[in-house]
Amino acid sequence: MTLLDIVLFLPLVGFLLLLILPKESSRMAAMVLSSVIFVVSLGLLMPYWFQYPSGHTFSTDVQWISYPPIRYHVALDGLSLWLVLLSTLLTPIAALVSWNYIDKRVKEYYAFLLLLEFGVIGVFISMDLFLFYVFWEVSLVPMYFLIGIWGHERRIYAAVKFFLFTMAGSVLMLGAIIFLYNRTGTFDYGQIQGMIQTGSLVFDQRTELVLFLAFFIAFAIKVPIFPLHTWLPDAHVEAPTAGSLMLASVMLKMGTYGLLRFCVTLFPDAAHRCAPWIAGLAIIGIIYGALVALVQPNMKKLVAYSSVSHLGFVVLGIFTFTQQGLDGAVYQMLNHGISTGALFILVGYLYERRHSLEISAYGGVATPAPNLAIIFLITTLASIGLPTLNNFIGEYLVLQGTASANFGWAVFASLGVIFSACYMLWLYQRTFFGRASESLSHHMPDLTTREWAAILPLVLLMVWMGSFAQTFLPSISVQNAAILEQTKKLRTERVAIPARPVAEVSRANR
Amino acid sequence: MQQLWLIPILPLLGFLLNGIFGKRLAKPVINVIAVGSVLLSFLWVVKTLNALGAFSGGLEQTYKEHYYTWIQSGALNISVDFAIDRLTAVMLMVVTGVGSLIHIYATGYMSHEGGYYRFFAYLNLFMFFMLTLVLGANFLLLFVGWEGVGLCSYLLIGFYFLEKFATDAGNKAFIVNRIGDFGFALAIFLVGFHFNTLDFTTVMTQVKGMPIETSAGLFTGISLLLLVGATGKSAQIPLYVWLPDAMAGPTPVSALIHAATMVTAGVYMIARTSQIYLHSTWALDIVAIVGLTTAFVAATIGLAQNDIKKVFAYSTVSQLGYMFVGLGVGAFSAGIFHLMTHAFFKALLFLGAGSVIHACSGEQDMRHMGGLRKYTPITMVTLLCASLAIAGFPYLSGAASKDLILEAAYEHAPWMYWVGVFTAGMTAFYVFRAFFLTFFGEYKGKPAASHGHGHDDHGHGHGEPHESPAVMWIPLAILAVLSLGGGFINIPHFLEPIFPLQEGEPARWLEYVATAAGLGGIALAYLFYVVSPGLPESIANTFKGVHTLIYNKYFVDEFYDSTVVEPVVGGSRQLLWRVGDVRLIDGLANGIGSTARGVGGILRRAQSGYIRSYAAWVIAGAVLAIAYIGFWGASR
Repeated sequence: MTLLDIVLFLPLVGFLLLLILPKESSRMAAMVLSSVIFVVSLGLLMPYWFQYPSGHTFSTDVQWISYPPIRYHVALDGLSLWLVLLSTLLTPIAALVSWNYIDKRVKEYYAFLLLLEFGVIGVFISMDLFLFYVFWEVSLVPMYFLIGIWGHERRIYAAVKFFLFTMAGSVLMLGAIIFLYNRTGTFDYGQIQGMIQTGSLVFDQRTELVLFLAFFIAFAIKVPIFPLHTWLPDAHVEAPTAGSLMLASVMLKMGTYGLLRFCVTLFPDAAHRCAPWIAGLAIIGIIYGALVALVQPNMKKLVAYSSVSHLGFVVLGIFTFTQQGLDGAVYQMLNHGISTGALFILVGYLYERRHSLEISAYGGVATPAPNLAIIFLITTLASIGLPTLNNFIGEYLVLQGTASANFGWAVFASLGVIFSACYMLWLYQRTFFGRASESLSHHMPDLTTREWAAILPLVLLMVWMGSFAQTFLPSISVQNAAILEQTKKLRTERVAIPARPVAEVSRANR
Repeated sequence: MQQLWLIPILPLLGFLLNGIFGKRLAKPVINVIAVGSVLLSFLWVVKTLNALGAFSGGLEQTYKEHYYTWIQSGALNISVDFAIDRLTAVMLMVVTGVGSLIHIYATGYMSHEGGYYRFFAYLNLFMFFMLTLVLGANFLLLFVGWEGVGLCSYLLIGFYFLEKFATDAGNKAFIVNRIGDFGFALAIFLVGFHFNTLDFTTVMTQVKGMPIETSAGLFTGISLLLLVGATGKSAQIPLYVWLPDAMAGPTPVSALIHAATMVTAGVYMIARTSQIYLHSTWALDIVAIVGLTTAFVAATIGLAQNDIKKVFAYSTVSQLGYMFVGLGVGAFSAGIFHLMTHAFFKALLFLGAGSVIHACSGEQDMRHMGGLRKYTPITMVTLLCASLAIAGFPYLSGAASKDLILEAAYEHAPWMYWVGVFTAGMTAFYVFRAFFLTFFGEYKGKPAASHGHGHDDHGHGHGEPHESPAVMWIPLAILAVLSLGGGFINIPHFLEPIFPLQEGEPARWLEYVATAAGLGGIALAYLFYVVSPGLPESIANTFKGVHTLIYNKYFVDEFYDSTVVEPVVGGSRQLLWRVGDVRLIDGLANGIGSTARGVGGILRRAQSGYIRSYAAWVIAGAVLAIAYIGFWGASR
């Protein structure tokens, strides 16, 4: 039993524990448990502290079901390490921001939060496709209930929409997984990958494309990639603060993680062939999400659409197949988790005070609540990619990688950086500047200690990740180099006609 | 190691101290932290430059310090490195020197304002970013400073955040600059892709060894994209529109950020990357034309403005245009020279204007001033020095640098010289128009009524105009000395190791004509606003169309609003959101959604408890899947 297994199963233990414990103590118990899990999970950093191993660490591979051979195979690498830590960090924060917000069915609420943590960690560390699928579904359910029970007025609609969109995608993925199993006799990601690598498993072009698309659509819905994004604004608007936080910060990363882990490495040829289309969708998403965010009258919708825009950068980075693009994409996954998560928390703070998500209900908040205003400002600046804050590094690397793949893409994608400043600064102006009305001033106390405790770690991370990116980047970089090497090798082996790379080079030079 | 990092870190410490604890600190403590940190930084600059021999003929090579690796991805390595060469030395002296004076002045100017600690925290943060900008040894670090100063500009323009016009102006500044940064960023991507490094020394050395482009190519692309960035930050056509609005900020901010230092960042950036520009056939010409057009257009607008800060704002735009002309015609050192002298006299003009506004309890409209020479003699004398300097009075700082630019322009293309000279005449005219309207004639203010309703919100209703305290006029006096004598600091010679001077003496008459234009402008202003004050109005009435056009700044803001802002916002709202997202995409999904609601309802009814229902889901799914696999697996 490795530390990784402990980190994975502690939330499940916590979930069961919460069900047993009396209702009154569940809030505190969830807080303590998730904090302990976070502290324990920091131990996962150990192998990555002084060196950057490219292979798996904390690997466990035991049989789960003998036939069909489904294995409990989990492991950590530079890609999943930070996503796991992001999940374990955000769970106690989610518990903390729910402290006063949640007043009904408290026990179930915190239990679901821990179950969600169990699911998402599992997704990020599964090395068996079936196990991955199981965790994928496991994580879906608690979120469904978080939205459906503790959400706002139209929560059922939003929850069902969320559920069905994701399910529609995952059914396709399940089909593809089973197809792979039929061809190989195994669900093990490493084995299948190895077969593809050595050439003992070869698909014809059409099959590969279909398999790729099956995975891709599942992940694209989760990310979400334009035009599969419309479930997201509804889900965010209706979800409670912690739901939005976990949804945006962690669950959306399941999609981008899947793209990078499975789509690109299992079907590199199809991925390369589809790259221009996907990059096109990503760029449309960047600009479209930003423009629609610009005109939202509802804060949470605005942040939700901004997520569509931000995640466009992640997808774009992945499908440039450049080192910088991939590094930027992974870094941007973490950045988005931190800064958009923080935005949802802050919007939640505003909501708890004024019980409205309409921007027009605010104005002049900076006067009664200066500290809230400052923290919101820093988060806004992080979100619009101001240098020395985290998003800048990710966006820079993605765009630098994009520019080397295709300069025209970089031109269009960079437009998103202009629009992000427009919608965020406009939101900030309408919410915080101006003169506060009498009624607003009376219901707008400044940040409480508990609120500070929830938001400060994220703000510090924004600065740290923006100023000292090398704390995080090397382990990510090593992993991405390996992924890139795998896809490259396969392509040069498989693609018979060398015309394509030449065309790419000439286009890049133009 | 010279510990260059101390130069920006000291103001950063000031920012952190005042920003975090400032609310609980007494004003004198805030002053000590804010002014002290910048003064220490200035002293450290002097000490460092002295140690590097900049004052004694040394520092011919770039001196560089490496701190840590910031970003490493593949072959691309971006470090936090600071470097000093002679160009940086000039910038450091200007930024910390003028910056210190303005900090001192601001302690007087802002003494009656709310948010005192906040103001100085922002000002210190600005110094940090500005110093990072000039010290950064690679493109990305320059970009850090570049965006950072933009942020501080945003914060300080919107300092009076209760007023909508101030926050609107702040947003406008940030967003227009972002459009410029879009170009800058693309240039960085091109450099990063083609050179695999962003380090200035490495890139410039490589560029030096490459052939000059005969047609538009990589270097032209990079230079023009950099120019887009520079037009944003340095308020050149077409992105100058934010700077006049930026005057919504407190006057020391206008002096420091929107006149003396930040807006010159574009000039610095082009000078820093001059090697790339020199390798392109067109880029420099375009820089010169952009600069010349801006200088001319902004000067014409300046002729008809009534707000004293607006006049100086357009004057800044116009003078920055001169610097661009200098760069564009290849006289990089003349451009930097003008950057320095401009920092002296324009900072003085703004601080003097601030002193005037202070005296008139927040009034900024020159039509409500007049006759102030009786009340504020020191301010008048210092402002006179600045006005003479900008008007190109012989031997003063402005004349020295401007003449160098004009002479180089003549070498390049005589018509550029003549446009420049004409603009110099207009400059002298509008600056002295402001001077005469403010200090001559009778005082036209309404003491009782003008109760801090000025744009600056800077009033305390004392009634009679009054001279400013010593902390305000001493910086003015120092800047006045620099405005008068700054021309004798031989910057072009100092910069020779970086920008070689052209051979040959220019014709003397070029200088005489330029001087005559300046003096003519002063005389005309004297005639119009002192001798026969009725004249301007009758002329304005005669040329009503032209006057309306320039009084309304050629309606450029309105043009941008109707061609860019409204279509984007309206299109996003009506087309993308309401039609595209809600009706088209979501309409399709809702078809599924409404079915889903029914299905969801049934499923919800099928299970009694939530947790059990969840478990059932998983089990059902797993059973189905396994059954499926079992079937397929058997048939394999």
